Amino acid sequence: MSYAQYRSLPFAQRVETALVDDHLHVAIERATSKLRSGRGAAFANLEHAEAVRDAARAAKLRALARLDENLLRFEESLHQNGVQVHWALDAEQCKKIVLDIARRHQVKSVVKGKSMVTEEIHLNDALIAEGIEVLETDLGEYIVQLAQDRPSHIIMPIIHMTREDVGELFQKKLSIPYTSEPKELCAVAREKLRRNFVRADMGISGGNFGVVETGTICLVSNEGNIRMCTTLPRVHVAILGIEKLVPTLADLDPFIKVLARSGTGQKITVYTSLIQGPRKSKDEDGPDEVHVVLIDNGRTSTLMGETAEMLACIRCGACLNACPVYQQIGGHAYGDIYPGPMGSVLTPTLRGLAPWQELPQASSLCGACRDVCPVRIDIPRMLLHLRERSHLDKRSNPLWVRLAMKAFAALATRPRLFEGAARAAALWLRLQSKDGFVTRGLGQVRRWTRHRDLPVPASQTFKKWWQEHREGRR
Amino acid sequence: MPPPASVQLFCTCLVNELFPQVGVAAVEILESLGIRVGFPRDQTCCGQPLYNSGFWEEARRVARHNLDLLSRTQGPIIVPSGSCADMMVHQCPELFQGDEKWRSVAEEVAGRCHELSQFLVDVLHWSPATAASARQPGRRRKVAYHPSCHLLRGLGVKTQPLDLLKAVVGVELAAVDRSEECCGFGGMFSVKQPSISGAMLDQKCTALENSGADTLVSCDMGCLLHLQGGLRRRGSKIQVCHLAQLLNGDTGSGKQP
Repeated sequence: MSYAQYRSLPFAQRVETALVDDHLHVAIERATSKLRSGRGAAFANLEHAEAVRDAARAAKLRALARLDENLLRFEESLHQNGVQVHWALDAEQCKKIVLDIARRHQVKSVVKGKSMVTEEIHLNDALIAEGIEVLETDLGEYIVQLAQDRPSHIIMPIIHMTREDVGELFQKKLSIPYTSEPKELCAVAREKLRRNFVRADMGISGGNFGVVETGTICLVSNEGNIRMCTTLPRVHVAILGIEKLVPTLADLDPFIKVLARSGTGQKITVYTSLIQGPRKSKDEDGPDEVHVVLIDNGRTSTLMGETAEMLACIRCGACLNACPVYQQIGGHAYGDIYPGPMGSVLTPTLRGLAPWQELPQASSLCGACRDVCPVRIDIPRMLLHLRERSHLDKRSNPLWVRLAMKAFAALATRPRLFEGAARAAALWLRLQSKDGFVTRGLGQVRRWTRHRDLPVPASQTFKKWWQEHREGRR
Repeated sequence: MPPPASVQLFCTCLVNELFPQVGVAAVEILESLGIRVGFPRDQTCCGQPLYNSGFWEEARRVARHNLDLLSRTQGPIIVPSGSCADMMVHQCPELFQGDEKWRSVAEEVAGRCHELSQFLVDVLHWSPATAASARQPGRRRKVAYHPSCHLLRGLGVKTQPLDLLKAVVGVELAAVDRSEECCGFGGMFSVKQPSISGAMLDQKCTALENSGADTLVSCDMGCLLHLQGGLRRRGSKIQVCHLAQLLNGDTGSGKQP
């Protein structure tokens, strides 16, 4: 099922749909099991891995602590490199800026490197509406575009598809004989992409890091497509969220070490580009113009709040691969561009909590995401903060939960009443039980017994035992 | 640090109501080591269900009740649950940010809290191999250990329960696929998101069955309540018990007191 079909459903139905999609589970398990073991192995051979993670985290927090000053210094460094800088408050402004640049250069064809922020603002739709041809050049993104779908993972856009799915898609859309052989499928895509690289007027990319000190845009990729997008067309536009800064070139070092390890289990990505501006007069290639668009789109509103740390996220995807909930429901069920644990914080943060408050609820708070995060973002703590902010809303907590919580709090501060209520509940459960277990509960108990049996409470509580066997003895 | 003469038991509401035999086992183990166990009777719940559901004001109210009670006692506080211990050690002080008085009470209590296996290994340096019961020939059993998330990732207790298990005569540890992955309990998560929770449970139960274990051991009755219910629903023969019960030679069905 595609993203568009998911998007039309409410959260609970998106979840139910994904949970019965065995095909999705096979696809996700194939990919994430490899990614998880790859990550483990890659970190095992990194010396002082924990210190490297600490260094990356510290650099990110340093850049964010003085984000206002750093952004202005970054702009100045970019100017010195001959890069044109634009500021976008939101998606609309950003799209307008990109379209203006495209119009000025009479752009007819765009090649794009994989970029989550352009997915976030739905840039492609805006370009296509202007009559501009847009081609995604990351293989996964190319397939997503061909399928008229959306990525379901931030670094593995088609994690929800098997290679057999891709074979069928290519057969249908590109009129080629069916094959599920990755090598052959790649060759087909490669040929199509090469033609566009050569004739495109504009290349659009994101940016993994923006170096304040030097005005460098750092981009990592594995397929070489980003290097083509940023060097072949006449104009290169890089779109960066304002949180993408690192203070110095030396600070890139820990990030390069942890990013690929966390994301794909590689020691380093195949390509690491450091872009330092447009072609100089003696350069043989490179774009005539480089533009950087710095986009806010909800980021500053979180800067002072409880989810500010989320701005340190480097979009590696490790938390998705580690998350047992993501394993079960996949990316599209989250309903927006950023799925998994990072998305459950980021989406409500960027788009507003009210329409997205189910996301922070969809977590067992197991902490696997915090464990694998290369910059040690405490995602469970932020999910808790979001839960606190929306706890009285019925979409976060239906009436029965709100009543139960209020009653529980009132009782748990009055030990005698607490015991009495627990005994009453025990009696209620015993009435529904058989052989010491409830298998088909009544009322809200059914929420438990739908999937598991419930033992009836003990006939003698620990407190009673203590009273009889210890207090009585003394 | 010399072994303390006395400790306080925070038995947790789940143990009090559903699995009192776990509290009994904890008391008997500690007493067999010459430690006097105190039990502040008015204790209720650590407040985690409220905290995790976003009802922080209510969680504070419940936490204050227990903190007040515990702060008037002396010595280490032993909690036979990684999850409740994590709540008391990490979340409670956090809850009282900006409230100097209660924050310092919460920190004082947090500093005294130990999860049971952590206390037995790190503080008492005890091993079941030295216990009198260990000299009895124990029943041979293949044990799957479930490291509960809050014990493992919250408190960072990884090796202690395994060290204890390995030292029990007759115990062979079973290898469980993706053993450190969540069982899907998550407290209120299990009833607020029953479908996701159920799917996670299913995967965990399959892994446990494939491990060939006949006994499942953990340090959290929350996870075990969930896992026991899931295994029973599938008709599995795997027995479930808390680590304290196994160490104390009491490994009934995990239900009967």
